[in-house]
Order: sequence, then C-alpha cells, then structure tokens
Amino acid sequence: MSEATAPKAVAGPLNFLDDRLGSTTFFNRNLKKVFPDHWSFMLGEIALYSFIILLLSGTFLTLWFHPSMMETHYEGSYTKLQGVKMSEAYASALHISFDVRGGLLMRQIHHWAAILFMASIMAHMLRVFFTGAYRKPRELNWLIGLGMFTLGMVEGLFGYSLPDDLLSGTGLRITQGVAQSIPLVGTYISMFLFGGEFPEGNYGDLIPRLFTLHVLLIPGIILGLVTAHMMIMWHQKHTAMPTQKQTEKQVYGYPFYPVFMAKTGAYFLFTFGVVALLGAFAQINPIWLFGPYDPGAISSASQPDFYMGILEGSLRIMPNWEITAAGHTLSLNVLIPALLPLGIVFGGAAIWPFLEQWVTGDKRHHNVNDRPRNAPVRTGVGMAAVTFYGVLWLAGANDVLAERFHLSLFATTWFFRFTVFIAPVLAYIITKRICLGLQRKDAAIAAHGVESGIIVMSPDGKFSERHEPASQEQMSVLLSKERAKEQAPAADANGIPAPNSKGPMGYVRSRLQRAWTFDDIPVEKHDHGHDGNGHGGHDGHEVEGREPKQISH
Amino acid sequence: MKRFTAWRRRPWAGYAVVLAALAAIGVIYAGFTPQSDRAEAANATQAAADLENGRQLYNKNCGSCHGLNAEGTKDAKGKPIAPSLLGVGAASVDFQVSTGRMPAMNPGAQMPRKKPVPDFDTTIRTDYAEPEKREAAEKQKAQAEKNLADLREYIQKLGGGPEVPPASAVDPKGGDVAVGGKLFRTNCAQCHSFVGSGGALTGGKYAPPLDKNDVTPTQIYEAMLTGPQAMPVFNDTTLTPKDKQAIIAYLVQTREEPNPGGNGLGRIGPVSEGLAGWLVGIGLLVLAAMWITAKKPKKLKKS
Repeated sequence: MSEATAPKAVAGPLNFLDDRLGSTTFFNRNLKKVFPDHWSFMLGEIALYSFIILLLSGTFLTLWFHPSMMETHYEGSYTKLQGVKMSEAYASALHISFDVRGGLLMRQIHHWAAILFMASIMAHMLRVFFTGAYRKPRELNWLIGLGMFTLGMVEGLFGYSLPDDLLSGTGLRITQGVAQSIPLVGTYISMFLFGGEFPEGNYGDLIPRLFTLHVLLIPGIILGLVTAHMMIMWHQKHTAMPTQKQTEKQVYGYPFYPVFMAKTGAYFLFTFGVVALLGAFAQINPIWLFGPYDPGAISSASQPDFYMGILEGSLRIMPNWEITAAGHTLSLNVLIPALLPLGIVFGGAAIWPFLEQWVTGDKRHHNVNDRPRNAPVRTGVGMAAVTFYGVLWLAGANDVLAERFHLSLFATTWFFRFTVFIAPVLAYIITKRICLGLQRKDAAIAAHGVESGIIVMSPDGKFSERHEPASQEQMSVLLSKERAKEQAPAADANGIPAPNSKGPMGYVRSRLQRAWTFDDIPVEKHDHGHDGNGHGGHDGHEVEGREPKQISH
Repeated sequence: MKRFTAWRRRPWAGYAVVLAALAAIGVIYAGFTPQSDRAEAANATQAAADLENGRQLYNKNCGSCHGLNAEGTKDAKGKPIAPSLLGVGAASVDFQVSTGRMPAMNPGAQMPRKKPVPDFDTTIRTDYAEPEKREAAEKQKAQAEKNLADLREYIQKLGGGPEVPPASAVDPKGGDVAVGGKLFRTNCAQCHSFVGSGGALTGGKYAPPLDKNDVTPTQIYEAMLTGPQAMPVFNDTTLTPKDKQAIIAYLVQTREEPNPGGNGLGRIGPVSEGLAGWLVGIGLLVLAAMWITAKKPKKLKKS
C-alpha cells in the first residue's frame, strides 16, 4: 500500500494525525508490515481476543459484585437458597446470575473466555515449541509467554474463588494447604494471605484482597506483558513456516493493511462468536448448585478449572509422605505435588531455548521455523512433556473418570502413579521414531521423487513404478531441513581435547549433542542424476543405504 | 442283627444314614418352628397366607445367600457372603428389592441398581391398547406389589427394624428445600456430588446417581434410614424425619430444575467444562483459523 492508493477513509485520519504527531512514516512503515499465513499462527490471537473479552465482561461483572465476606441471608429470586446464610460475595454473584439482566450470560462469557484464554495459550505455546519458533532471537518472548501463562493460572484461581461458593472454597482450602506446606515460612505466608485463620481471616479480608488482585494487579501485569509480547513480535517480525519464498532474511506473507487486518479483525469476531455461543448454550460454574461455602461441607467431583488440573492430579496421586523431625513436620505429600510437576514443566520450558543453544552450539538467528519432524529430540521431549502434563491432568479427574467409566477409584490412582513415569518415556521414544520415519520418507521423496502411479515394465519383464520429481514448492519444504551439525571430534590428532568438551559440563554437552545429532537423516537431492525411471525396484534399498552412520570418535 | 451288619457294609449305607438324619431333622424342625407360625396366624388366615407367600418368595429369591433363617452366610474363611436380615426391617427390603439391587446377580464390590426381577417388578407398563394385554399387565403389577409387601412383612416379622415410611413423610412438597440443600451438602455431597449425580468410592464402590427420576422419594428416604451397602445409616436422631424430607425436597427440585445457563454438561463440575472448552471452543476456532488463512486475496497490489 502506498500513500497514493490509500482510501480516503484511511488517508483522512492519517493526515489528521500526521499533521499533529508527524506519524505518517510510522504508519506507512507499519501498515505494510508483512504477516505470514498459517492457521497455527492464529492460536495466540485467540488468547489476545479472549483477554479483551475478559477485560470487558469482567468490568461488567464488577458493577454488581460485592467483594465482601460480610454475612447475609439470601433474599433473591432463586428459591432454593432462600434464607440461607452466606457471604455477600456469594449473594451478589447469585444476584448477577438471576436478577441482573444479562448477568448470567456475562458471567458465563467471562468464564468461558477464561477457559479459552488459557487453552489457547497452551495451544499457542505448543505451536511455538514444536516449530522451534522460540529460538534466537525470540527467547525473551517465549519467557514472557510463560510468565503470562503462570499469571493466567493465578488470575483464574483468584477469579473462580471470588464467588465464595462451595467449590471455590474447596480450592482456597487447598491453596492454604499448599502455602502452609512450604518449609519455615509456610504458616506466615498462609496467615499473611488470608489475614488470619482460614477461611476469612480476622476481618474478612480474603475476598477483598483476591478481588483487588484479580481485577487490578494481575490483569494490569498481564496487559503490560501482552503489550511487550506484541511489540517484540512486531519488532522481530513473525516467524514463518518453510515455504518456497520464505528465507531467513525476508518474511513472505500478506501486508497488515489491508489483508491481515481484515483477517485478524474477522478472527476477533470469530473468537467473540464462539465465546458467546458457549456462554449462551453451555452452562459453566453453576454456583447456585454448589451452594455457599461452608468449611464443614464438601462435594465429590470437586475439580479446579482445567488449567489447574495438573496440580490437582499431582495432589491426588501423591503418596502420603511426611517427615517429622524436631517437632516440625515437612508435608511432602502437599509440597511435592504443588511444586515439582509444574516446576518440571515450566522450569523446563523456560530453560529449554538456552539448553538447546548450549547443546547444539547453534547461536544463529532463526526466522524460518523447523518442521517438527526435523528436530526429533525436541519434538520427542515436547511430546513427553505433553504426556506428563496430560497424565497428571487426567489424574486430577480420577473420581469423575472412575464414576463415568465404572472403574475402581483405587485402580485409577495406581494406574496414574505408574503412568506418570512410564508414559512420557514411551511418548519420547514413539515420537522420535515417528519423526525419523517421516524424515526417511522426506529423504526418499527428495532423492527419488514422488510416486506417479504409472507402472512400467522393463524389457526383462520386471515391473516398477515410475517416480517423478517432486514439485518445486514441495522440494523447498523438504529441503528446509538442515543437516544436523556433526559433532566435532573430542580430541584432535595430537590428543588435545576440544575446548568445549573439557570438564564434566563439556562431557555432558558432548553426550547431549551426540543424542541430538547421531541419528539425523540427511534430506537432499539425489546427485546421481537419474530420474527414478526404471529404478523403482531399487528405491527401498537406496533409502536403506541412507541410514545414519554412527559417528566415531 | 447279622442282616443289619451286612447292610451297614453296603455302598449305599452312608447315603441312607444321611438321608434318614435329614428326614429326622426335617420332621423335628417341622414339629417346632412352623407350629409357632401357625399359632400366630391362627387369628387371620389371610395374614398367614401372605406370610407364607413371603416366606416362599424369600426361600426362592433370597435364601440361597442370606440363609434359610435369614441368618446370613459366610464362606470357608469366615468372611461374610451375605449379611443377616434379622432386624433390617421392611424399609431395607423395600429399598433393595424395589431398586432391583436384590436379588443380586453376582457378588461384587457393590450391587448395581437394575430392573427388579419379574416377581417384584412394580414398574412394568400397563398402558397397552389391547384390553387383555392391559388386564394381564395390571394383574402382574398387582401381584408384584403384593409379593413385595409379603416379603417385607416376612422379614419384618423375623426381627423387626425400620418400617417403610408413609407417603406423607416422603412428599417432596412438604420439605424445606433450603434446609435440605444445606443438609445435603453437609451429609451427602461428599459421595453423591453436589446435585446428586453420583461419585466414585474406594475399592470399586460408588455412590449411585440420585438425579434420575426412577429414584423415588421413598427409596431415598429408605436409603437414609437403612444405609444400604457402602452408605452410612442416617437414623432419626442424626437426620430427623423432617430433615430427611427436606433433603428429598432438595434432590427432587434440583433434578427437575432446568439449567438456566444452557446445557448442564452433565452437572459434574469443571471437568466437563474444560472438555467442552477444548473440544468445542478451541475446535471451532481452529476450524475458523484454517478457513481464514486458506482465503487468499484475489488481487493484491504489490507494495
């Protein structure tokens, strides 16, 4: 788009702004910003748009919500709780649900948007991880994303704790247990957070505190991080999947104005539409069925929202280990499930970009993504993490699973206790084998072309299928695979060890690098110059011959 | 005497002795126990006939596990197979048999609710178009009701126990639903879940769902009163009859109440919500993203 062709509706306001702010060059440059096209690049936008919906619907809810633990008797229109003693927070949440016009719809939209916010961040992070889009120079944005996800979990926990219903109180009780299990400072943290004893502290401070954190502090931080995330993304430009026209130096895609703007605008409407559909037709968090919080009551099927499921699952399958020494109890049964699994997943995700750089020695900028199959170790580790998370997630729903599928509750617990260790290993092995298999397939296509479906008979009566060279577009995708960097010999001819393999760290590094590279399969054009015609019978053999060679050292 | 000694050595002699002993025991038993029955029933022949019907039904359907005298049975290691029914009362019989849990099909962690056996199936339909079919069904239903009543009466006579509650005590309209909700959350929700959709228990046991219409108010009352299977007993001092009625009112109103927020997603809490969020929410949006990115602008000016 150039200045001359801009429609009047755009040019007018731009000129107005330019006259006052001198911003034409800014707009000119940025309206032409190019965005590559791939459906998985839209996953992060769901999170952005859900967040906007969350801010707006949340503001609506604050107009009626009373963040107060003052005791009251319900007198609203939901007859089944008439006269029941409850907190003002719960009563006002019921008021929003039953007596405010559109209140229940707004509550449900708010809650569904929160579910979609967290789900889309997870999906977006998986996309970024499996395509290697977090690599240099984008490690900072990866860390910011992790930070937002963590904050989102806390924000969600505080959010569904606000109505002070039976389910949310159960969640708060676990939160308090986790706080107390922290050695030395646990009781202080618990008393500080709750302002005294559970559930309401000395002055009923808990709900007002959660409210301020939920509507002001955490959304404020998330908003700041979203801005940073977007600005860094804008500055560094979007990564792209390998295609024919994509290079490391140049982004190929559609300009922001008019194409991408229209697409992303439409996608906002889609997101809003789906959230509104769910809000209108699927009941979420029916607090009137849970009843007001009462420390003496509990319901089965008390689960947190899904993004907390991993913590719930860890807690449910944890053996009851406690260490009591010198009059103090170390509650490993709460501390380990609260910190360890999430620590492994989030800590692992945070150090992964730097670990990968250290292992592969690859310090270059990467603007073109990897296809997941071309980095089997990364993809395998990612799937192991997904499996680990997924198993704990399922374990969090073990009573619902046992009830719905008529299983023994104990059997599910024991099943998950073993699977949480076994399944990630299996997932790693299986994923890596699948990746290598796909690499072999790519190598075969690159070397011999694609099957044409034409069977030819040679003069001596042998049948074979004619192979045709792959299309230019397909070849460029296949050939986007880089040959994994071979490991430098550990010692040179004079027996002097290579500088980066010295010491225990160097040893670990060279072992890891070997694991990363040893079974790499080169995908390259066949340089023998035959077109595959008449050689079909040899194909299998030729590919076999391309098995990775063990690198000796 | 010689002849007798010779018989003693015949292969069938052992069987004959056992048979004779059994016959003797039978005669002695017949001489003692039924006599008292007969004495009691002398007042009203109809009651005697009903009781006899109850006893026969018991022997046919229950006795093989619970013992011919309802004393319960144990396996070789002394582990109980079936409990004694002395003192369980009519309420317990009514609950177990009308929900189809008893007679049990096969021993397991817990007896599932099922269609009652034909002898006791009071839920059969009678609204046939053909008069003769309708008459037969009505007759069968009346017989099933009588059978159930006779069996209850037989067990009640054996050792007493809680009686079937009157209709006035279980009427959901008579209970205070707000109190019922509070009591339900305090006493029942930890197993049956917050609206009574059921839950899993240890060792393959489970709290059955209460949110289906085939769980009648009478059965709910009897379950609280008698504590069937894994359920504890909530006697009239723990939960007064008024409390029980309140809980029934809460359960019946809750299951009849529509979901104001749309589809209830099974009313099982955040698990199904998360599933719907991922499958429906993310699913639809991924489809939308694929559709949007597949759209290529027809003509784009080179910039």
